[in-house]
Amino acid sequence: MSEVRVAGTGMTDFGRFPERTGRDLFAEAGLAALDDAGVDPGDVEHVFFGNFMGELAEHQGHMGPLMAEAVGVNAPATRYEAACASSGVAVREAVRSVRTGESDVLLVGGTERMTNMGTAGATEGLSIAADDLYEIRAGMTFPGAYALMARAYFEEFGGDSTDLAHVAVKNHEHALPNEHAQFRSAITVDQVLDAPRIADPLGLYDSCPITDGASAVVLVSEAFAERNGLDASVAVTGSGQGGDKLALQDREYFARTPASTAAAEEAYADAGITADDVEVAEVHDCFTIAEVLAIESLGLYDPGEGLGAARRGETTRHGDVPVNLSGGLKAKGHPVGATGVAQLASITNLLTGTHARSPDVGDLRVGVAHNAGGTVASATVHVLEVVA
Amino acid sequence: MSGDERDGEAGGSERVRDAGFDDLLDAIEAGEGHYLRCSNDHGSLPPRRVCPHCGDRDLTERPLPDSGTVSTYTVVAVPTPQFADDAPYVTAVVDFGTVRLTGVVDADPEAVETGMTVGVTVGTSETTGDRLVRFVPR
Repeated sequence: MSEVRVAGTGMTDFGRFPERTGRDLFAEAGLAALDDAGVDPGDVEHVFFGNFMGELAEHQGHMGPLMAEAVGVNAPATRYEAACASSGVAVREAVRSVRTGESDVLLVGGTERMTNMGTAGATEGLSIAADDLYEIRAGMTFPGAYALMARAYFEEFGGDSTDLAHVAVKNHEHALPNEHAQFRSAITVDQVLDAPRIADPLGLYDSCPITDGASAVVLVSEAFAERNGLDASVAVTGSGQGGDKLALQDREYFARTPASTAAAEEAYADAGITADDVEVAEVHDCFTIAEVLAIESLGLYDPGEGLGAARRGETTRHGDVPVNLSGGLKAKGHPVGATGVAQLASITNLLTGTHARSPDVGDLRVGVAHNAGGTVASATVHVLEVVA
Repeated sequence: MSGDERDGEAGGSERVRDAGFDDLLDAIEAGEGHYLRCSNDHGSLPPRRVCPHCGDRDLTERPLPDSGTVSTYTVVAVPTPQFADDAPYVTAVVDFGTVRLTGVVDADPEAVETGMTVGVTVGTSETTGDRLVRFVPR
């Protein structure tokens, strides 16, 4: 089995760029990743691309070939869609392709254009990650669905909105030096609690913003990296994916995310590590409660224990396992289809010491990226390790 | 492509009927709501050919209990455009035993709590007039 190395990373700024097309955003991120890797577009054998709602947002389907063209790659290209886990799934497929020996050089990335849809339009677009018949027609929104999970969590394990607010405060603080982040402003617990409610018990500051942006990484085989003298010291050593029923009402749990648990267990076994080995994590915090559910599913906390982690300082940049040092979806921004690969890029940069928060955390050797789709009916987890 | 109903104004054209789902709404309106039960006693909602919990294909219609209890709920303040005039409203997941349904609770948001007993009915969105599952406190 070929070892998969991350040879380069690239990201656009995440934020509000309603006039920029998806192809322009991906061209910027993809070219940055290729340049960072020192790989020629002509060497890329396949583009794996994640996007959720191009049809709704910019009247564009069949985005794979379009995105390959945008970065000067003349090779097959495939779009993957798994709601907000779209590019996490693209990573997984790329990893498998390198491992089987089928490919040596792949460009993996994602894009989402969202702010041009406006708040109501984006709320509608995101809602279609839920079950149309039984959820959307009942007034379900994406924040609404996570609010249902948050209330169920409080009922099962205790805790309240103040505990959640600490997650938002932490992630905003983490984003301060991240030049790609949408929000680079500190917030307070009181600001989070006093913000307008979106879907009670979640308010504006419990929610990630609506974001435009793109991300990309170049994945190569170890053999290609050595043959070409690439600086690629980080490997993707574990990959996992889990699934669950689409509609919340059909799940066994409202306050747990078994799809993430399955993805994590598979990825850890694949890498030959345990949760105890994880030194840093980027997790899918589309809402504050989502980060709590994620760190519990990753085995970093037992069910019911994750809620207080930010409040206790354990997941801050000073804690034992810092979570979302880039600011997370909450402050870095969440251009849906770009998020999974952006997380992979952030962990890579943390392991190579080139991340804006590297000075805070020093040398790290093992990190995980956790990407979730919908109310976690899809989830991917990838383990990255320093190997050279 | 010929003209017909597809030429209706955006958002104004009538929905095509969804077999199973619309049948269920009709049944609930008539006071005869049902769900599907497999031979292992798992519940699910139509349209379905396979039990989502165990894969059993022997599904039979069973009467939906007259009332259920609120498992979890939220007060939606920022809706989709289809619910613009409805907000704020309460969306809840209600437990009817072996099956759960998601819908809008016809009650003041302040009055809703987990564990409360509600009956099920079919109402309409104030914004679009589209039918939807509604819960009425008992």
